[in-house]
Amino acid sequence: MSILRTTPKRPSVSGRNPFVYRPTASPQAAAEWTRRQIAMTNLRTVVGRAYPRVTGLFREKSWVFFEILLPFLSTSAFVFVYRALQAPPQYIGFVVLGGAMTAFWLNVIWMMAQQLWWEKSQGNLELYFAAPMHIMAVLFGMAFGGFVMSSTRAAAVLIIATAVYGVTFSVDQWALLIGVFLLTLAALYGLGMLLASLFLMWGREAWHLTQLLVEPVYFVSGLNFPIARLGVLGSVAISILPLAVGLDAMRQLAFAGAAYPIGTPSPLVEAAILVVMVVVFLVLSRWALAVLERRARQEGRLSVRWQ
Amino acid sequence: MSGTDQPLAIDVRGIRRVYNVKPKPVVALDGVDLQVEPGEFFGLLGPNGAGKTTLIKILTTLLLPSEGEARIFGFDVQRQTKQIRRIMNMVAGGEQSGYGILTVREQLWMFSQFYGLPSRDGWNRVDELIDAVGMQDQRTQRVSTLSTGQRQKMNFARGLLNDPWIFFLDEPTLGLDVSAARSVRELMLAWKAAVPGRTILLTTHYMAEADELCDRIAIVDHGRILALGTPDELKRRVQRESVFRIELDRLEGALGALRRLPGVVSATQAADADLSEGPSSRQTIEVNLALVDDAALGGVVGALAGLGARILALRKSEPSLEDVFVELVGRGFDEDKDADHDESHHGDNGRGHPGTSVGTHEAREREEEVVA
Repeated sequence: MSILRTTPKRPSVSGRNPFVYRPTASPQAAAEWTRRQIAMTNLRTVVGRAYPRVTGLFREKSWVFFEILLPFLSTSAFVFVYRALQAPPQYIGFVVLGGAMTAFWLNVIWMMAQQLWWEKSQGNLELYFAAPMHIMAVLFGMAFGGFVMSSTRAAAVLIIATAVYGVTFSVDQWALLIGVFLLTLAALYGLGMLLASLFLMWGREAWHLTQLLVEPVYFVSGLNFPIARLGVLGSVAISILPLAVGLDAMRQLAFAGAAYPIGTPSPLVEAAILVVMVVVFLVLSRWALAVLERRARQEGRLSVRWQ
Repeated sequence: MSGTDQPLAIDVRGIRRVYNVKPKPVVALDGVDLQVEPGEFFGLLGPNGAGKTTLIKILTTLLLPSEGEARIFGFDVQRQTKQIRRIMNMVAGGEQSGYGILTVREQLWMFSQFYGLPSRDGWNRVDELIDAVGMQDQRTQRVSTLSTGQRQKMNFARGLLNDPWIFFLDEPTLGLDVSAARSVRELMLAWKAAVPGRTILLTTHYMAEADELCDRIAIVDHGRILALGTPDELKRRVQRESVFRIELDRLEGALGALRRLPGVVSATQAADADLSEGPSSRQTIEVNLALVDDAALGGVVGALAGLGARILALRKSEPSLEDVFVELVGRGFDEDKDADHDESHHGDNGRGHPGTSVGTHEAREREEEVVA
């Protein structure tokens, strides 16, 4: 007796054969895509890959505790330290702004940098590489979804902390402030995309490296104090870390009327540095992905099941 | 090229793949040549470590061969990856892809975006496929809560989102229960039948599955193709006679008469014949009969009627594909304890495959006719 039933599958609700979507004349015809098809596929991939992150924002309520309340407590600790030391009031604002930007850094370092590694362990990575879109589109989708998710968290921390601690912002150049904010995020997520590729190439060693970098990056980015206080180390940080340069520029712009520690470039120069960072990180991440794919195909690293 | 001037669906020539792992390199594929015509349902059958998954990974552009070349519908797997990725899809057994936080519908839609389906078309396509794989009740269920069988049906739907021309299925029924395995096999056949030219490459170490589904099968072991042909051709390699088991209501000298008939190689009473009294006090005798070919059966039936023996049942015994494998390599599928470098995640050894009621090694008896 056959192990199969021979009854045909019923047609779909629409009456069409569900196993035929868009018939093509031949495999060769199906394999030839126009530039528009390629571009639209990459664009749709960005949206598709961002979807789980944005959806998760509404489905996993635990983030309210872990991503807002806990960072808020950390920020609050520095607020009380500055108050105890009778620091100028703008320092409270510096800390609150740094606390808000922490959400993005955490997202980049933990959810962008590790993501491809995680996708590999889940079995998603080989499906991504086996699909026709550019893998950069997946990374952009991850970044976009992470940006939406972290923006919500950052805004929540900013609003709560501002209200609770009575922070007063003084902004003269709104456009530049918003521009610097967006450039900071672009550079941050560009760095995340680069790290994601490197993570995959180096495996768990990169994971340990990132763990090793978390606290030092916190420190040299000046999340809880003006980076100018770090002197030369601060200057170095500004030249390589998007969070450091972006936060410094935003603090200068958000507290325009207040005395700001000297020793860092003007916001415009810092904006220019961010532009360079965006370009460099995106180019490097694209290059790293290409290298990664080639090496992974040579060495069989696209799946955990190496065979 | 295939016979119709169409490029071959799969054209593999001299593929060799070596993994540089410690303590010594592992040769997963060792000079494989394989040609699959468009429209074929082709099976790669072999035990763990045979190299089946390695070959699939090369064909799906996820792995480069160390030597040799492979083409999918004429496209080179090393250089024309984009073209291949547009016309193929793949599903693996035990696949845990996607995101548990999404619903089935959302997960499939997300994957539809990776193939460039417009958003609304994507949702419609997903709904169609959810219906087709029978997951209407799980449409809004979170992926993390699906059973193994439901998950595999969803994976199958994912694999069909882009209307592939070639579908790579790597142990797709692994770990599924009877019903789910059957559903997945039906889906394979239904999908393939919908458009001429659609091709399936199935890897499995479930003999009955390969036997039932595949037009042709390659038996692989230790990275080499040991035999290639239709299931019948392969089985004929180990059985040159037609073997039947006949259940009679009486024997009384019939055995000797049968042995003298032309075309009868041997006729013996089955050692495990049921001689017990049945509910209707019916005594039955079973006879194993080896014939030169099936045509000799007519003479046997006529002779038995002449002797007054009534045939209660007649079954034809066929060798299994594992018998073929044993004949080729001198061991069974699950007897190679060192061959775990490939498909090492597969815990099942191929016996008692879900959805099949047949064992392995022993000759499979297929009831073809019941005359009682």
